[in-house]
Amino acid sequence: MKALCWFGKKDVRVETVPDPQILNPRDAIVRITRTAICGSDLHLYDGYIPTLEQGDILGHEFMGEVVEVGREVKKLKVGDKVVVPFTICCGQCYFCKNELWSACDNTNPNAHVLEALNGHNAAGLFGYSHMYGGYAGGQAQYVRVPMADVGPIQVPNDIPDEKVLFLSDIFPTGYQAAEACDIKPGQVVAVWGCGPVGQFAIRSAFMLGAGRVIAIDRFPERLQLAARANAEVINYEETPDLIETLKTMTGARGPDACIDAVGMEAHGHSVDAYIDETKQALKLTFDRAMVLRQAMQVCRKGGVVSIPGVYGGFLDKVPFGSAFAKGLTLKMGQTHMLRYMKPLLERIQNSEIDPSEIISHRVTLQDAPRMYDVFCKKEDHCTKVVLDPWADGLAA
Amino acid sequence: MDNGKRFNFRSPENGNGSPFSTEQLKLATPLVGISAGAALAVFGASRKTWKGAAMAAAGGLLVFQGFRESHKTARPIHVERSFTISKPVGEVFNFWRNFENLPKFMRHLNTVEVTDQTRSHWEARAPLGTSISWEAQITDERENDYILWESLPGGAVEHRGSIQFRNAPFADATEVIVSLDYRPPVGKVGALFARLFGENPERQIREDLRRFKQLMEAGEIPTIEGQPSGRRSPFVRMMHAASAERTSVRERTSPVSA
Repeated sequence: MKALCWFGKKDVRVETVPDPQILNPRDAIVRITRTAICGSDLHLYDGYIPTLEQGDILGHEFMGEVVEVGREVKKLKVGDKVVVPFTICCGQCYFCKNELWSACDNTNPNAHVLEALNGHNAAGLFGYSHMYGGYAGGQAQYVRVPMADVGPIQVPNDIPDEKVLFLSDIFPTGYQAAEACDIKPGQVVAVWGCGPVGQFAIRSAFMLGAGRVIAIDRFPERLQLAARANAEVINYEETPDLIETLKTMTGARGPDACIDAVGMEAHGHSVDAYIDETKQALKLTFDRAMVLRQAMQVCRKGGVVSIPGVYGGFLDKVPFGSAFAKGLTLKMGQTHMLRYMKPLLERIQNSEIDPSEIISHRVTLQDAPRMYDVFCKKEDHCTKVVLDPWADGLAA
Repeated sequence: MDNGKRFNFRSPENGNGSPFSTEQLKLATPLVGISAGAALAVFGASRKTWKGAAMAAAGGLLVFQGFRESHKTARPIHVERSFTISKPVGEVFNFWRNFENLPKFMRHLNTVEVTDQTRSHWEARAPLGTSISWEAQITDERENDYILWESLPGGAVEHRGSIQFRNAPFADATEVIVSLDYRPPVGKVGALFARLFGENPERQIREDLRRFKQLMEAGEIPTIEGQPSGRRSPFVRMMHAASAERTSVRERTSPVSA
């Protein structure tokens, strides 16, 4: 089959590799019909996530048709159309039983690596480095899905792939970020980063009763998408003092909740932003915590800072004193996918939201390496790239 | 009650003498040499005479030899690890009590054969396709509570182990605590045994227990062995590099093609 493989920083290629096989009794093989490049794939592309190995197949947002099941798979059947969550969950451990799905104990073959790094392990992820299990990802024609009865949800055949594809990660991730804000009717939510997760966080915040959502980014096409969802938008590159602007917009209270949908590769023009970028370039830190600092600084007293953006290591200059003084609540972590996939599928079926509106590029798998570069540089008004792994050739 | 104490092999409660007593004596010998040598050296040096200097030198030699001796003698190793398994105590106990199940999650074991109610024959993988084996005997057990076992004399590996099972503070879950004491024999077999448990016996036990948990809870041990990747063998990489070089030569010679 064809698959997109990582070979190093800014080096991904489409290779012909063997087809995946059933390795464990609870595995299934899925023929992928649509897959996408996630913003968090760019952290891999930029070389900021350790423990990737040359030749690893990337991709954790995908859907398709079940073509083979292991002997212990009872629910899924060959021919089912499924969306597969990016986290792999056993369904039997303490964490799965308590709906803390992304903390699953039993799906990471390299649990000890994360345990040494973070204190505890976490669920295995598709295509997201060996410390998260090293599972081959879904930017490919086929994928092996372990614990296939737990994660994948069946979707009706008559829904177009593009409408449900983002149930695999970014829609639930944006939704969880908004849900974590504990929004009371009419409250103000600020969202840093209007990439795909930010877009779904904005839309989810409104669904959950927010009165106003303020969206912060620097790319006009992303701000337009946010505005289309009724968010008030700020281009921070044109805003001399973001904190004061946000305070002015909220009667000096600050937003009731702040969502950091940027994470470890934040950009900015302040002194600390440049220090962060230099340190990251010198491998002195994994993370640039610019957005997190601003969110903690401006959030209303007693408010919530919700962090769907990925962080990978140790942060410095985090205004913890501010968070303490204001009694902020911090919510963060990988998405507990299975809590949200079914309810959000219903919202899609009820036409409350059409996730496909964020797609800017529809290309073939062959095109993927070029699109990583385009998405990374935010060229060509790129907001979201969807790949058809079976279409031939390169787009014009 | 402090259950842990019952499993401490050096506690008098455990009775009937340690199988390591002669080993412990051997271990003590170099220590005697070191302390006596040190005392002699200090005393000799304090006298500030030729005779004293000779005493100090002799003491120093004793210390040196003592340390050399102590390095040759294998140290006893004690490992203790716990894990929580989301299955009822009875189920977890029964699975472990059938020792023939252990090779399913203990990577270094080839087979365990249960020979009678308390005895079993263990065979473990050793380097270069060889194996080592020993007999083990359950010395004490209580259903759904604990199992103690030890190796019988004459085997390749002298060790004692225990596992406790207790209710976790949430429904239908078990905390298991495994403790293992072994003294790797010196010499060739000792070296094999050391490699068997790896550089880090704690890690070996921890990963065995993790696989035990995975098998009990999820019914399988997660793996990526055998999945596709774009990794290339060193040979293919070499060929690839060579062809890339050729490509770059071609590009240099015919810039028009770009």
